[in-house]
Formats: sequence, structure tokens, C-alpha cells
Amino acid sequence: MSRYTSATDADRREMLDAIGVGSVEELFRDIPEPVRQREPIAMPDGMAEQDVYDHLRALASRNRDAEQEVTFAGGGMYDHYVPALIDSILQRSEFLTPYTPYQPEISQGGLQVMFEFQTAISELTGLPVANASMYEGPSSVASAGYMARLDNGRSKFVVSRGVHPNSRETLATYAHAFGSEVVEVPLDGRGATHLGALAAAVDDDTSAVILQQPNFLGTVEDLGPLAEAAKRTGAVLVCAVDPLTLGILRPPGEFGVDVAVGEGQSLGNRLDFGGPSFGFYAATEKFLRRMPGRIAGETVDVDGKRGFVLTLQTREQHIRREKATHNICTAQALNALAGVIYLSWLGKRGVVELGELMLRRTAYAREALGAELVNPGPVVREFAIRLPNLDEVCERARAEGINPGHRLRYYYPEYEDCLLVAITERRTRKDIDRLAEIVQGAREEVHA
Amino acid sequence: MAEESYPDGLLYHPEHDWAKVDGDTATFGVTWYAQDQLGEVVFYDPPDVGTQVNANSAYAEVESVKAVSDVFAPMSGEVTEVNEALKEAPEKINDDPYGEGWMVRVRLSDPSEADSLMDVNAYKESLGR
Amino acid sequence: MRSEAGGRRPENTLTIYEKSREGRRAFVSPELDVPEIPISDLLPSDLLRSEPPELPEISEPEIVRHYNGLSKKNFDLDTGFYPLGSCTMKHNPKLNERVAALPGFSRLHPLQEPQYAQGALELMWRLQRQLSEVAGLPHVSLQPSAGSHGELAGLLLTRAYHEDNGEQRTKVLTPDTAHGTNPATVTMSGYEVVKVGTAEDGGVDLDDLRDKAGDDTACLMLTNPNTLGLFDRNIEEIARIVHDAGATLYYDGANLNAVLGISRPGDMGFDIVHFNLHKTFTQPHGGGGPGAGPIAVSDRIEPYLPRPQVVRREGANGHSEPFFDLDFERPKSIGRLRGFQGNFGVFVRSYAYICSVGGDGLKDVSETAVLNANYLRARLAEPGIAEYLPIAFDRLCMHEFVLSGRGARDKLGIRTLDIAKRLLDHKVHPPTVYFPLLVDEALMIEPTETETKERLDGFADAIREILEEAKEDPEIAKNAPYTTPVRRLDEAAAARHPVVRQARPEAGGRRAEGGAPSATPSPSI
Repeated sequence: MSRYTSATDADRREMLDAIGVGSVEELFRDIPEPVRQREPIAMPDGMAEQDVYDHLRALASRNRDAEQEVTFAGGGMYDHYVPALIDSILQRSEFLTPYTPYQPEISQGGLQVMFEFQTAISELTGLPVANASMYEGPSSVASAGYMARLDNGRSKFVVSRGVHPNSRETLATYAHAFGSEVVEVPLDGRGATHLGALAAAVDDDTSAVILQQPNFLGTVEDLGPLAEAAKRTGAVLVCAVDPLTLGILRPPGEFGVDVAVGEGQSLGNRLDFGGPSFGFYAATEKFLRRMPGRIAGETVDVDGKRGFVLTLQTREQHIRREKATHNICTAQALNALAGVIYLSWLGKRGVVELGELMLRRTAYAREALGAELVNPGPVVREFAIRLPNLDEVCERARAEGINPGHRLRYYYPEYEDCLLVAITERRTRKDIDRLAEIVQGAREEVHA
Repeated sequence: MAEESYPDGLLYHPEHDWAKVDGDTATFGVTWYAQDQLGEVVFYDPPDVGTQVNANSAYAEVESVKAVSDVFAPMSGEVTEVNEALKEAPEKINDDPYGEGWMVRVRLSDPSEADSLMDVNAYKESLGR
Repeated sequence: MRSEAGGRRPENTLTIYEKSREGRRAFVSPELDVPEIPISDLLPSDLLRSEPPELPEISEPEIVRHYNGLSKKNFDLDTGFYPLGSCTMKHNPKLNERVAALPGFSRLHPLQEPQYAQGALELMWRLQRQLSEVAGLPHVSLQPSAGSHGELAGLLLTRAYHEDNGEQRTKVLTPDTAHGTNPATVTMSGYEVVKVGTAEDGGVDLDDLRDKAGDDTACLMLTNPNTLGLFDRNIEEIARIVHDAGATLYYDGANLNAVLGISRPGDMGFDIVHFNLHKTFTQPHGGGGPGAGPIAVSDRIEPYLPRPQVVRREGANGHSEPFFDLDFERPKSIGRLRGFQGNFGVFVRSYAYICSVGGDGLKDVSETAVLNANYLRARLAEPGIAEYLPIAFDRLCMHEFVLSGRGARDKLGIRTLDIAKRLLDHKVHPPTVYFPLLVDEALMIEPTETETKERLDGFADAIREILEEAKEDPEIAKNAPYTTPVRRLDEAAAARHPVVRQARPEAGGRRAEGGAPSATPSPSI
């Protein structure tokens, strides 16, 4: 008997009698002999709880996490502070252990959270409708592409090279299946989407144009002219946005963006080596009935009391089946809860204050590091620098317990000797000065 | 919801649609039986004016909370008018399926298709009523 | 029955936005330790936000009370029985939460270089080996985020496999009992759905399958046991027909909890399997996620697996220790399905679970799950219940079974939905209702292995009581529930005039257009 089951021998006998069979073995008589597993599962026997804990702790200790080092790593997920109240609320079993709210009468908590989450995403993005979560960022970008394809039937996606490389690759993976082509628009010499190239790439067969704000290098794109060029032939304009910059950046809805998607990790979710976090999906009213995923809506019960339900379910796979707008079922409700708690904690003023703090510390860091800027235009919390002695810098930083940032060479061979540096509110001036010292120390050595 | 009824003077299609023919034009809708099967209608997605509809083919969708159904054209022709009021109040399909719940008006391309449709008695019989 | 409802007090249903008051806050910004450059010097004015988003202004104690209050309106697995068919609502061990929260995992950046993430990569590699063993298939990718994402991966792999063999196949077969995600995934993958019928005994109709499997068939998607809770006795013949047609055989792992250590999908002839770590391997459901949907595949499918793949390199870099790495050099890969390495936090929980129960325990899990399901099936086949809720297919079941509510409808005038709603008053989560579609008024019941005999008896008693009560007065069930935070909700109104966000406050405190439906008392902000 494993510790999570509780049938005693006496129970088992009584239950088998009630069923009318002689043994548990007999319950499996429908399984043909040739497909039976004859050998025991090739795995050690179960372990005591404390032994499992010790084993996992030993594995955890072989990672260098953001408590042990000063990290400047970003690239889609960031070392922001997660307030303690999130841990406390997320561990409540009433949020942690129910299924998707199929029975609204006993799921009002989860449903109202979804409604509040949708509201927060709508506020941040400046778009009127949002769903209750997607898996994460890059697959949300791909899902927006799929919706555009269903909407206009056109077969080409025009995507900026400033969109997260994982998003571009995920979009290409999905697009291949439903027969769409992906055309990439290069970045210009200042690390921003090349406007002329974008305008030239968009034609009558363009289903969607996909941008990211700020882009992967941290550049705040000049969305006005890009949006105008993107929408010239009636394509759906999709913008992946970093939600934590939207306290200070003009929201995508004000630029004519049709669909804003993104990665929600920076909103109160752990780093977790990349997941689980949540994706979000907001759109103009026109796409309400074409959106993927769960949507909570407000209504009343038979007594006239306010309540919330999953609504517009006829879009979804369990009803519309092969004609569904998407196949998504289980999404990331608990992570979205963390997101809405975080945004409530930050509040209307905090989201601006935090944005301004990141903006100023990042400006300070760009100055202090004194390196060549790959993207000299406006940025919020992330930027790329060129360091001729990058290996040296990384080695020294690591030796001092600093993760200097993400090396761009794998996803951007054109930025071979470049480093992507993220400055969250956790990176103090002291931290930045330490990194600057390493960068400058390494440079002096080269010059000496 | 309305009481069960099947008016005289309409022509009925086996997919539970009705047509009211007036010369070379007709009005289409769904029968009481169809709306009862569907339950509370929450959304009606009409065709555009000018669309060609073909007899026995779907021309629109109606949705209840947990189902989607195709609406079949009893006869062929070109849509000249759609019931815009259903956008705001799709429940009219439940409340008044033969009146305010009408769906489209069509200029018929072949009025003789009427001959293949059922009269009220034949339709009622097909329902076992 | 209204007297029962009389005990309910009106509860606060304000949203957090409606509790906002100007000037309150929970967040205190860290000190500005760098020069206070004007924002307008750092961002051009046309890219600056003009008005802050309408997020709430609220203090920490009130945030905590708000969400605590909301939590109390949820029924959850730690509170009571949750026999939701096809969802495998088994106990979520508490240890898993503790280990997932270890900073070495929870605070690890996804772009940390592999040499500084050896523990995480080793855990992923070990989980891959465990899942491979359970599936009876040699290769595993952990990347997909949930079951339906795993299905998408499976069909993209199928496409890549056929294309690599120079074939353009267009159709995917799914049984008419399939979960909705199967056909939806088929369409997303650019294939056409072809439905295969169900035979008298609840299995796949072999003649129909033979008719439909051909050289345009890319894949058959199947779950075994199927959604009726029945193991398809013809699985070998099914695999033969599909493979003879040159198609792949895909295993939807939604029902894997029935066959751990009993029968492996790989041995049944499947090429591709997805797991639901949030069903079989105890990741808490979280009210709708997160989950994870790893896939296991045969040798012929392996070249196309998503990238990156977690690999173990023996003694690399001059070390005698193995090195765990992310392998991006996979030229035939379908590519990525998402960012980074997948839902790692879920992997930690499932790995801890598998270590906890071990190989012997996994077999006990399935044996007990099947024992519990059959026992409950027997209890519900007793007189007083069976005449109203006959079993859809009268055979031994696996981990779940399906009843039909047609007897209750015809003899008592109550529908399956009414029984489900009345169960809420008994503090039990209802079974899955109205699925699978081919069973009239279906109730799909999956008790799982972690429930005691007493709980199962309690459920059978509740069902009996509801039916007896309905014999006296069917109106009681028809108007249930009475004891829940809200009663039956007007879903039609919600869909006709969707209100999917809180209205913004307007000057004067009135709620803007598109706010609450008019029937709702409009709380002022």
C-alpha cells in the first residue's frame, strides 16, 4: 500500500465481494495477454517522504539560482520580487486543488479571479476583452497567428526579428502545420524593427503582422509608424507585450493593435527554470467570439444575485470540436491568479512607480557599464551591449557570483559578442556598479 | 419560451426549418421543435446580404449556451435581408420562432423547390405529433 | 426547500476593483538610488502612457481578505470527494509543494547556462526516463504545456514523419467517444477529422476502422481505456489496421491512471503518447492549470521531437561525471512548441511523486483506482439506483465508468444536470456530465485510488437519497442547489450580452457602459 492509497486488505475483500470477482487481477481481464506488462516497472520502490525531500534538495543544490547570485539575466523572464502574500494565497487548497470551474455554483472564487484577471489585462493592454490565460508567452504568439489565419484565411505571417526567438520558432512550428508561411523582417542598425523592410514585406496575402514591445533586445519600438505600415492591407496586428512595462509605456490598444499577447512571468510568478507561468491574450471586441481559451463573464443567479460563469464556451473544443477556435483546455489559472494578486499589490500607482524605477536604473546601468550600445534608442529594463572581450567579462562575473546576462550569439549570430542585460527593481545601484567594475576591469586589461 | 405550435401555410424542411413563400421571395426560420431542442438561443450568426443559399445546405449558425447548430436553407436563392434584431435579442428565436424570430429573406432562384417541402400535417407526422 | 436556502446570508460579491479607494496601497517602491532623470528625457512622449491603468488601490490586509474570501467560495479536492470523470482528481501530495518551492528550482532563471543548472536538467532527464518506462516507449520530450498541447505535438510529429517519408496524408481518425481536444487539435494541425464509430461492446468499431483507414490516413488518436472507462480488447487488431495503412497510432494519456504497471501503450502498439502530469502524476489542477503534457515516442518518431531536448552526455568536457545538457542540434525537429524548457515546476512535483510511490506504488495506484471504480460501479448498480441510472456498457470497467440518466429523466422527470446540482448540496463535486456524447444524459464517474471505501459509500448514499427525494418531489432537484454561495446562474444572459471585465469607473462614481447586466444591483465604486 502506497501512502496515498488507503484500501486495507479487509476493504479489498469486501469490495471484491461487492463487485463479484475473486481478485484484483480479475478486474483487468479485458486486457489481452500479449499487451500485459509482465515485468514489474523498472524503477526503485517508493521512498519515505524525508528521503524524497533530501534527494530533491540535493538536486536543487546543484543549480545556481537567483538567491545565490546577482543576476542580470532576462530575455523573457525576469528576477522581479514576488511578494509574500502571493505564496500564502496560492497555497490555499481552494485555489490550488480544484479543477477548471465546470460547476459555477461551487467555483465562484476561481471564476471571479478570472474576471478580475481579464480586467487587469484589459487595463494594461488598452484592449476591451481578454481571456483567462494561455500557457505562456511564445505559444500565445503562435495562437494569435492561428486566430488570424481562421479570421482572414490569408497565408503569410510577417514577423519582426525583434520578437522573442522562442516565439518566432513556436509560430513557425504551428504555422507549418496549418500551411502558413513566416517571413521575417530584420532589425535596423539601432536594434529596432526595420520600418522600410516591414512595409515592403506586408502584402495582400499577409494574415498577421507580429511585433514585440519592447523587443527582445529591450528596444521600445516606435509602434505608431510600424502599426500603420502593418495594417495597410488589412492584416491582423499582433503585438507581444511585456506587461510590467505597461505602467509607463503607451498601451498597444492605443496604437491600433488588434491582439496583444505576452508572457506573464514578470507579474508575480516564479522563475521556475521557465515555467509554469502564464500567457495572456487580449483583443478588440471584433475577436471576442474567435478568441482561444476560457473566458469568465458576469451574470446573476436565480435569486438575482451577482455571479460569474465560463461564457462563450461555444468557441471551445469541448463544444465546437473540430471547428473550435483553438484546442486549449487546461491553461494556467493558478499562475494567472498570482498575476492578478501581483497587479493588485502593485496597484494603480505602484505599476507606474515600478516602471519609472526600472527606467531610471536601466538608464544608469547603460551609462555605468560604458560599453557600446547595440540599441541606443529608448529602453525600459533591458538593453544589449557589445563587448569585444565578452568571454573574459562572463568568466570574471561568474567567479564573483554575478550572472552578467544573456549572451545573444545563439539566437542572433549577428550579435556574436553581445550581451543582453536586464535591470529589474532587484538590481540596486551597488549591483550595477559591481558589474560595471568587471566590464571596465576586463576592458583595461585588453588595452594594457 | 413559446408554446409548441406549427402554423398552417408554412412549408417545412426535415431539418426543422420553415419557409414562408410569397411569389418569388421567401422568409426562413426554424421551427418550435428546433428551438426547443437547442434550448435558450444566445447567438445568431447570420449570412451577409447578397449571399447565395442552397436548399438543404447550412446558411447560418445558432448557438445556445452549450451547443452550436447549423441552420439549413429549405430552398435556394439570394439573401436580400437578415433579421438584424436577432443580433441584440437572439432570444426572439425562442419566444416567437415564426414571427420576430425569422432569420433571413431570400429571393428564390427556383420557386418549384417548394414542391419538395412538407406541409404542416406531414411535418407534424414526422415529429410524431 | 426555500427554508434551507433561508440560512444563506448575502455575501459580498464586490470585485477587487470595486474595493479600490484612492490613496491606498500595498506596494512600497525600493529606494531610488540612481539619479532622478525626468521620465520625459528617457522615453519619447508619444510612447509614454498618458493615464495609468485602472488597477485597484488597496492595502495588503484587504488584498489578503479579498482573495481569502474568494477562496471560500470554491469547492476543492482537499475538502471533499471530486469524482470528475476523465480528470483524475487524486490527492495532491503536500511534499511536492515543498520541494517545488526550493529556491534551487523556483528561483532558477530559464536561461541559466547548463553548467549552472545541472540539478534541474538531471531532474528532467530522470523524469524522462521514468515516463519512458511507464509508456514503454524509448524517447520523451517534456516540453508540451498540457494535454492538448501534447496532442498538438503528436500530430506535428506525425506530419513531420510522413513528410520525411515523402508522403502527404490528410486525414486523422478519432473515435466518436473522443475528448473534444482531439478533433480540435486535428484541425489546428491542418488535418481533416474522420470519425470512427463505437461497437456494441463500447470499443472501436473494427469494420468502420477498416473502411476508413487508408493511404490518406495520417494517424488514429485513441485513448485506452477509452472515455467510457473500457479497455479496448481489440487493441492489437486496431494497431495492426492502423500500421498496415502506414499511419501512426497516438495515445491520449488522459486515462493512463488505469494501466500503470499493468499495460504499456508502447506494448499496445502506440507510436506517440502524451501524459497529463496534472492528472496521473499529481500536479494540482489549480482551478484550470498549470499542467504539463510530456510526450513519449518510438524510435521512428524520435528524430522529429521538439527542441531543445534534455540529454545526458557521458563524461563530457573532460569530466568523469555525466553532464546534462540541452541539445538544440536536431535538424529534423518540428521546432519549439513554447518558450524555454517547459513547465519545470510541474516536473519537480511529478518527479517527487514518482519517487515517493516508486515502481511498486505505481502499480498499486492503478490497481486501487480500478478497484475503487468497480466497487462504486457495483454500489450504483443496486436496486433503487440502477433503474434510474443504468450503466451505459455493462462490463467490468477500468478507472472510470459511465451511467446514463435516461431512467431518472423518464421515470422521475429529473435530468442529469439536476442530479449534479443536487449533489452540490451534499458537499460532493458532481461527476462529469453530458460526456461522452454517445451516452444519453451521461454521468462519467472517476473516483481515483486516493479515496477510501467510506467515501465511495457516502457518494452512493448521496445518489440514492437524491433519487428517493425526487420520487417524492422532483422539484427539489430541479431547483438545486440551495446551500452554495450562489444558486443556478443565468448562463444564457452571460452569453447573450457578454460582460467580461469590470467596467471602468466614471466621473461621479457611475459604472460605464458595458458594466454589470441591468438585473444586477450596481455597486458603486
